[in-house]
Amino acid sequence: MFRLIEVIGKRILLGLVTLFIVSLIIFSSISLLPGDFAQAVLGQTATEATLKAFRESLDLDKPVITRYFRWVAGVMQGDMGNTFSGRSTGGQGIDVSRPVVEIMLPKLRNTLFLAGVTAAISVPLALMLGFLTALFRNSIFDRTANAITLSTIAMPEFFLAYMLIILLGGYLPTIANVRAETEFLQRLLLVTLPTMTLTLVIVAAMMRMTRAAIINLLASPYIEMARLSGASQAEIIFRHALPNAWAPIATVIAFNMAWLVVGVVVVEVVFTYDGIGKLMVDSVGSRDIPVVQACALVFAATYISMNLLADIVGIVTNPRLLHPR
Amino acid sequence: MKPAGCAMSDRASKDLLLDMKDVHIEGFADERWHPIIKGVDLQLHRGEVLGLIGESGAGKSTLGKAAMGYTQPGCRFTAGEVMFDGQELSGMKIKDKRHIWGTRISYVAQSAAASFNPAHRLLDQTIRASKRVGDRSEQVLKSDAVDLFRRLNLPEPETIGLRYPHQVSGGQLQRVMTAMAMSPRPDLIIFDEPTTALDVTTQVEVLSSIRDLVAQFNTAAIYITHDLAVVAQMADRIKVLRYGEEVEQADTRTMLSSPEQDYTKSLWSVRSLEKPEKSGEEILLTIENIDAAYGASKVLHDVSIKLPRGRTVAVVGESGSGKSTTARVITGLLPQLNGTVTFDGAELPRRLRDRSKEQLRRIQMIYQMADTAMNPRQTVGEIIGRPLEFYLGLRGKEQERRVIELLEMIELDASFYDRLPDELSGGQKQRICIARALAAEPDMIICDEVTSALDQIVQEGILNLLQRLQGEFGIAYLFITHDIATVRAISDEIVVMWQGKVVEQGMKQQILSPPHPAYSELLLSSVPEMDPDWLDNLLDRRKHENVSDPAQTGQDPER
Repeated sequence: MFRLIEVIGKRILLGLVTLFIVSLIIFSSISLLPGDFAQAVLGQTATEATLKAFRESLDLDKPVITRYFRWVAGVMQGDMGNTFSGRSTGGQGIDVSRPVVEIMLPKLRNTLFLAGVTAAISVPLALMLGFLTALFRNSIFDRTANAITLSTIAMPEFFLAYMLIILLGGYLPTIANVRAETEFLQRLLLVTLPTMTLTLVIVAAMMRMTRAAIINLLASPYIEMARLSGASQAEIIFRHALPNAWAPIATVIAFNMAWLVVGVVVVEVVFTYDGIGKLMVDSVGSRDIPVVQACALVFAATYISMNLLADIVGIVTNPRLLHPR
Repeated sequence: MKPAGCAMSDRASKDLLLDMKDVHIEGFADERWHPIIKGVDLQLHRGEVLGLIGESGAGKSTLGKAAMGYTQPGCRFTAGEVMFDGQELSGMKIKDKRHIWGTRISYVAQSAAASFNPAHRLLDQTIRASKRVGDRSEQVLKSDAVDLFRRLNLPEPETIGLRYPHQVSGGQLQRVMTAMAMSPRPDLIIFDEPTTALDVTTQVEVLSSIRDLVAQFNTAAIYITHDLAVVAQMADRIKVLRYGEEVEQADTRTMLSSPEQDYTKSLWSVRSLEKPEKSGEEILLTIENIDAAYGASKVLHDVSIKLPRGRTVAVVGESGSGKSTTARVITGLLPQLNGTVTFDGAELPRRLRDRSKEQLRRIQMIYQMADTAMNPRQTVGEIIGRPLEFYLGLRGKEQERRVIELLEMIELDASFYDRLPDELSGGQKQRICIARALAAEPDMIICDEVTSALDQIVQEGILNLLQRLQGEFGIAYLFITHDIATVRAISDEIVVMWQGKVVEQGMKQQILSPPHPAYSELLLSSVPEMDPDWLDNLLDRRKHENVSDPAQTGQDPER
């Protein structure tokens, strides 16, 4: 047991190191972008003095290293800085910029809601289809399920989204304009179409990996042994193959869950859903660097923690690590 | 079995348990069906043990499984019938077969390590099939399993079942699998090479446990193996298979003393290959006081070996004894912690990358698995041509001519030049590997279990070839093996290794004849002989001398 904690602890440390390196990359790559942020934000008409004042107020005149550490220190305290947009431009007007966190949190909550609903539907669905297709391998059911999931994964998600709008738009809301005060059931109704789109996109990968991981194990000698000791097909799959198949299945599920947070911008745009992907794209457009950085960091943290989770599942389901000699 | 062997003829007339008639099985490969079993009959009576022997590809495993009415995926019955206790199995519905499999007929597989589910405890796996019958409670089954573990001489029978497969050694797993097969008290057990993957010292224990248990419960068994000496200990009757057909069958003693068919005789004769030993004057390679480790675990302790020029030194020992590690130190793949490797008077650098091309050229290596030692996408010409170019700078026509010369040296011909490894048999592949080593014109070749994966007749060819090449080119061999018959056939000197140490080194006759140090004695006496009474005599002797089994004393090399 001690060894297990040690192994998992090591993974978590590695994850933190990765996150640190990613934060470096995010910060430095944005610092290296050509162009002047002050100029971009204030426009061509800004005077030299306003530009200078703007830079000073944002510490843009400080060395990169100083700025990085200030940023990291802030992030660790839950402060991701203030937005660029809405800044007072060098003393004129009032400062209406807001803390990045305040802007981002509601959108992140929206994205997580959509991801959560999609996951709650697609993961059990994918696992079930995976088990069933493995159980009835090469049957009509297996072939149909494979053909359908393969065609949905082959289609771009905006296309799927528009197809669903055309087909079901008459019955379900096609604009997912949720607000902070929208009630839960109302929210569910609003995200029905986005959820369906995302489910169609991610079920294929998870289902096929589940099927492949199980079928891969069906060739192993202990499965033949189980068969020769009279186990039924269902028993073989659920009791003999599945416990040894969790690691690859968890990896692909984690990957798709991370994608639900970081890769859904197209779907968010199609359904005008107010999520974090849309926020990031908008912020890139308006050169609101603190917001872009914050979003990138959230995405990185999502990826890293999801993969960490998959690793831990892999470790915990490996009897060699769980029960050392 | 043996103790009750005298009663066999009575039983035979009474109680026919399994009757396979004219069984044909086909397998699907390369887009068509090939015959695997071409009309074999097999009868087995209650309590009788039938040995099925043959080389790889003879169809013995397929026939063994067919006795359960099972064919592997991609195989099918095409004719014949399998009558088991009044029921026809080959055409039976799968859901009906499940009531017979694991309960009335059980199966013991070759590799216990691969055949246990890594995710479940041993005890649960042992009683799973019996639980399905449902006539005994789980509690009763568990205590019965513990009793079986005890009868099979497993250490800590009360608690071993709570472990997971990776927590016990290979020899112990094989015994647990026998307990698993026995748990439902089946009428018939198929043993499919149950001891092939084990070390000889462990094999003795497993063989005697299996034999006692089968005799105690009067279980019928089909014992499949390619090892004649093993089958001689286990079976009442032996059937020889080749190319999916029966060659001959007879009761064990008749079969051993007077085989009728030439093929059977040739199987028998391989074991008697021997060569006179020659001592060597000039020492080519000396390794002195070598210590080596993989990470923190030290695997070689103060190992010293001398190899004379143009001679063969066999390094014998069980898995985990440090034989292959010694080879890795000599080749520089694993730099030693202490000690020196001296080759032809000069000390070799510890690391591979510090050695000169000339030093590399003079020591070559041949591996156990010829298929994985060759790039499957390269032709034979490219495989052998590569060292010619790398070491000797031969290119173009000159290289091609030399490759063909080398092919002739290994008794193949120019037609192999453009072939890919997949198109060759196991023995041919190993010959190509020999040619590749030979291409570098080395002074010594390290042969790491080069014949272990081959059939006996093919082994004989490879050993003779190596012998001839040594005579022609004066190459020294460091011959790593666990098989004493191979050692007899090829070596001048022998080094016995155990747990990373050299137990003894000396001329062949001296090592093989008594008195031996305790470990050599255990190792040598555990090698099965063609005498059907060998196991009984050995166990008798050991009982009196109280020789310990390393698997029992917790010094299992696999752990």
